[in-house]
Parts: sequence; C-alpha cells; structure tokens
Amino acid sequence: MAGIVGYGAYIPRNRIKTEDIARQWGKDPKTIEKGLLLKEKSVPGLDEDTITISVAAGRAALDRAGIDPARVGAVYVGSESHPYAVKPSGTIVSEVLGIAPDVHVADFEFACKAGTEAMFVALGLVESGRVEYALAIGADTSQGAPNDALEFSASAGGAAFLFGKDDLLVDVLETYSYTSDTPDFWRREGEFYPRHGGRFTGEPAYFKHVLAASREILRKTGLKASDFRFAVFHMPNGKFPLAAGKELGFTRAQLEVGWVVPTMGNTYSGSSPTGLAAILDVAEPDDLILITSFGSGAGSDSFVLKATELLPNRRDLAPTVHEIMDRPKRYLTYGQYAKYREKIILNT
Amino acid sequence: MREVAVVGAGMTRFGELWQSSLRDLFVEAALEALTSAGADHVDDIYVGNMSGGQFVGQEHLGPLFADHLGMAGVPVTRVESACASGGVALRAGFMAVASGMSDLVLAAGVEKMTDGADVTNVLATAADQETEAYHGITFPGLYAMIARAYLDTHAATEEDLAWVAVKNHRHGALNPKAQFQREVTLEQVMTSTMVADPLRLLHCSPVSDGAAAVLLCPLDQAKQYTDRPVKILGSGLASAPMALAAREDPAFLDAVAKSADRAYRMAGVKADDIRVAEVHDCFSIAEICCIEAIGVACRGEGAQAARVGLTALGGRIPVNTSGGLKSKGHPVGATGIAQAIEIYEQLRGEAGERQVEGARLGLTQNMGGSGASSVVHIFQGV
Repeated sequence: MAGIVGYGAYIPRNRIKTEDIARQWGKDPKTIEKGLLLKEKSVPGLDEDTITISVAAGRAALDRAGIDPARVGAVYVGSESHPYAVKPSGTIVSEVLGIAPDVHVADFEFACKAGTEAMFVALGLVESGRVEYALAIGADTSQGAPNDALEFSASAGGAAFLFGKDDLLVDVLETYSYTSDTPDFWRREGEFYPRHGGRFTGEPAYFKHVLAASREILRKTGLKASDFRFAVFHMPNGKFPLAAGKELGFTRAQLEVGWVVPTMGNTYSGSSPTGLAAILDVAEPDDLILITSFGSGAGSDSFVLKATELLPNRRDLAPTVHEIMDRPKRYLTYGQYAKYREKIILNT
Repeated sequence: MREVAVVGAGMTRFGELWQSSLRDLFVEAALEALTSAGADHVDDIYVGNMSGGQFVGQEHLGPLFADHLGMAGVPVTRVESACASGGVALRAGFMAVASGMSDLVLAAGVEKMTDGADVTNVLATAADQETEAYHGITFPGLYAMIARAYLDTHAATEEDLAWVAVKNHRHGALNPKAQFQREVTLEQVMTSTMVADPLRLLHCSPVSDGAAAVLLCPLDQAKQYTDRPVKILGSGLASAPMALAAREDPAFLDAVAKSADRAYRMAGVKADDIRVAEVHDCFSIAEICCIEAIGVACRGEGAQAARVGLTALGGRIPVNTSGGLKSKGHPVGATGIAQAIEIYEQLRGEAGERQVEGARLGLTQNMGGSGASSVVHIFQGV
C-alpha cells in the first residue's frame, strides 16, 4: 500500500490584517471579518515566490521521511502562481532539493486544487511501482485584484507530501475526483489579476464540487462523518469550509485543526494541503482524516487517510504548521503590502 | 373597449437560477401560463425585459422567445421601461385585448441578472445618464437620497424603514416561489451592512433571475379557460422627470400617484376599496413612498404602516403578500407580471398561507428607475 512518508509546510512571515485592507477601500472591517471569518493573511516577502515556498515545504517533507533525495523519482509542483509562464518551477525545486537529474518533473495548474492534483498523480506513480518516491507540492503566492473580495483572502504558503511504499506516516485508503466545466474563476493569458463570477463561485462551484466529491468518497469507503477524527476542505475564506463540513455532518471540533485560513488566508494550491499538514502535526495513530480540495474551473479531489504508528515519531523532524505560523511576524501596512505585491506602478 | 380578464398564470421560482438561461426562464413561465388555462395557442405576445442586451448580450427578444416557445410566426413585442417593463408589458397586452386587436394574449416578463454582468452598472442605465449616472450615482444611492429626503421631511426613523423589510420577509417566508423564504429580525436589518446611508443591505431587493407570464382574453371568453377569471378593471401609466434632482419633492413619487389616479378612474374605484396590493419595494423606502402615492397611507404616514401592521398580513390592507421585491426577488423585467400573479392568486383564493380573506379588489404598482415611470393595475375577482 502506498501513502505519505513525509510532509512539510511553509508560510511566509509577513502578514496584513483584514481590517487594514478593509479600511483602505472604505469597507467596514467588522462586517468583512464577520462575513469572511478572516483576521489576517500571509504575504510573500520580496524574495519569496512559489518556488521558494515549494523548496522550504519540500525540504521539510524530505527531513521527516529521512530518505536520500536522489531516490525521489517524481517532483510535481501544483500552483496557479508559477513565477514563469514558460519554464517549470519543478526543475528549480528538484535541483535545490538534491533530487535532480534522475527524476520526472512537471508543473500542475488547476486553480486552487493543483496541489492535491499533484498528490493524486504522485500517489498513482508510487502505487504502480513506476517510481520509488514521488514528491507532490501545492504552493501559491496568489493575488486578488485591489478592492476585490479576493484581496482579503489571497495569501502565500504551501505544503509538500512525499509518497512512498515503506515506512508510511499516513495510509491512503481511498481517492476520488469530481470534475465539471464550471467557469467560476479564471485568469486569461497576460492578465495580472484573476476574475470571478461573484456569487456563482459559491453554490454551483465550490459547494457542488466539494460536497459531491466528499459524498462519493464516503460512499466508496462506507464511512460516515463521525468515523473521522479530522476533516479539511479547501478554504477560499473562513466560511465556506465550515458550511461544507456542516452540510456533510462534520462537527466544528473535527474541522477546527485543519481550518488554518483565519490567520493564514487562502494559500490557493496550498490551502487544503496546509490544513492537512496542520492535522498531521497532531493526529494520533489510526485517526481517519478526510481532505477535499477545490479548484475553480472546476473540480475537487478527495482523499481518505489514516495515520500510522510512525507519524508521532516523525513529526518533530521538521517545524509544524503552528510553529511556522507562530514565528515572529512582520505586519505590513497596506502601502507596504501594495509595494511587496507589485501593485504600485513604478517608472523603470 | 372590451372587458379584459386574466385567465392563466405561470412563474418560475425567483432566485439565483444558475441552470436556466434567459430563454429557458421565459419558456418555463409561458408554458405554465398556457397549461394552466388549457390554451394551445396565443394571438399575440408582449414580453417585458429591461436589459437582455447588457445582462446576457441578447437583444431582439421577441422572436427569440416566440421561437423557443414553439410559436414562431406569432406577433411578439418586447417592452422596456426599466424595472417597470413587466407592468408595461401587461398594459400592452391589456390594450391589445381591450381594443379588439387580439383575443388571446400572453403578457410576460423575464430577466436573467446573474450571468456575470456588472448588475449595479446595468441597472444604473435606467437613471439619467447625463445628469445622474455619469457622475457616479447608483440606484442604492438615488433611493438613499429619497430616504434622506423623506426622513428629513417627515417624522420617521431608520427603524421604520427596517420594518418594511421585516414585514416583507415575513410574507416571503410563506411564498414557495420567493428567493428568500425566511424571516429577518428587526435587529438583523438594522445591523446589516450599510450600502448607501441610510439604506442597509436588508433594505435592498436582491439580484435575481426569473420569469412570469399571464394569459389575457376578453372577459366574455374567459370561461373557456378558467372558472375563476380575474378582471382587469383599470390600467394607469405615468411618467415623471427622469432625474431625481429635477423633481419638486424627491420623497414624493409623482408618477406613482398619477398612474394610480388613472387606474382608479378607469376602474371607478377608490384607494379605500383596495383590499390587497403589491407595490414596488425595490428598497424599503420605495414601499413607504409608493403606498403614500397610491393613497393607501396619507403623506408622511406611510413610514408607520409596516410597524403598526396596517400593511402586514392580517392588517387593513396587506401590501406585498408575495414577499415583495425584497423577499420574493426582483428579476427586474419579470417583477410587474409577478405582482399581477400574486393578486390573481389572491383574488382567486389560491394564495395559501398568504391568503387575504375576502379580497375582491387588488392593485399592482410597478415602477422604473427612481420612479420616472410607474404603472398601476386594478384587478377584481369575478
């Protein structure tokens, strides 16, 4: 059986508070905080991008696995903010991590589910025996247009999962993917900021896919919500994953640990993966975990996971999500944030 | 003029109908109206629609709709008067039957608003482009100015505005076709997001998709289609200066008063005779101004009507038993026809939990823009 042999996450130390963004645009901070259930979000530093985040998360995953990086046969980086339009992120990541050149590398893109997409493929390659280990990363430094609802949530961060067949930290019991042509959110070639269909992104997009994928994987496994200790759903804001979880019969206690969005923001391809990493930081042997991602366009990947006896022994080999989040933070003003995110036009 | 009756009605649910296109909505409502009357043809179609062009990029709606209804060949006219398009389409259908031009007429209204258009900007095209919209004003802004003018002139409070929303949601909670089938508390309204001071989110009607259609024929042919026709006693249409700033009193909706006077005169009835009414509550302040303009409340006293229960179910004259635009939804072109359907059902005794007992005379009032156009119809159960 294949599963997760190492995992890691990385979140930049910069933050901007929801109230500072709201105030900038003349919106009522309390209303926004209450409506989106967001307090602050991470912001990448000037020298951070999807590649640096992927490297940091990938290194932590390798540290927890304790294997020679050269044995990794596949590296997949899922992101919607790859720094280059042409030239892969994965080549740099695999080189820096000491994995290249004996490796298959690809960049994935599927809005916010590119990370679980990479996990899906990595798992399949390991299961088939085609490679010994496969590293799947979901990372983003996504942008919301100024004064768009997405500006409150679009943040930076990511998580990496190393798949293998021996010394598993987490068994993968089942997977399921649900996909349809649903144009709820998109960015055309050459456009700087994504566009979205407003309320269309909710019920017919996020909820339809997240609920369908989750229900089907529960049906396939014969499990019910109460069988799980933890569940995490893609977190475009604070509200949606709680509503989806409730609809599926999960309690707040089952959702709380993976619900990292209120102080992290939506790390897009890293969203449900960072939530999963936070769950693995505390899960006990035999705990069942459900993760369902969502990517606009649209689709959801679901995984039913089970923690092994080995997990508690390995988690201290790299920083936990909360250790990373609790590192000294640097709070940015909206002006600094605008500069960091290259929203200010300069003469060159 | 021939006497005219409503003999059939059909309506989609109102709301975010992601699975239905503009034409789907029309066809669903139209087929239901035809089926309800057992009619297999129509002689003429009038359809109210504010802005298919800007909402979904589709103009030339008449033939499109007739074609998709399986009735290509039938005369069909698209009618536009902003948010009063549906009510004006009903009036056009009424005139076609009354004049003897057509016997069986479908009067419909439809709007598809959730297909990605910038709704606030599209709606703002119903304001005066040169003196209003160009300078950035939106409809919430215009109605907020009406509300400010009203609150400054009369002994009324923001809580009075909020009671309109509370009452209409209470009604809408009983309407299976309503977009928001739930009640809201006074506190929820008073603490909802400020949109344009003093109007908060729960003072504003929503963005909606939907369609509604009624079937009209001469009263003396009505029994072919239904045992309980509803007669249209009067129809009044009026206009007022387009720009709010050009009106003598921004808190008094002159076109609404004129359209009501004309309808009352044609019907030979007075405001006091009306037992149930649907008025254009696109914003809570609009219902207050409208019930004053149609004579249901005296000037300056409309603000208390919802609070004291005068216009609530069980009150002297229940207003917006459907939930109104606020709770039922406001697919702008469909609204005027949907109002007529609520009164049709009330006068036939088919309004279920929303039924106003013993209602014989009902009124609909539908307006465009900030009240630059208004159309009123008076109905009588037969």
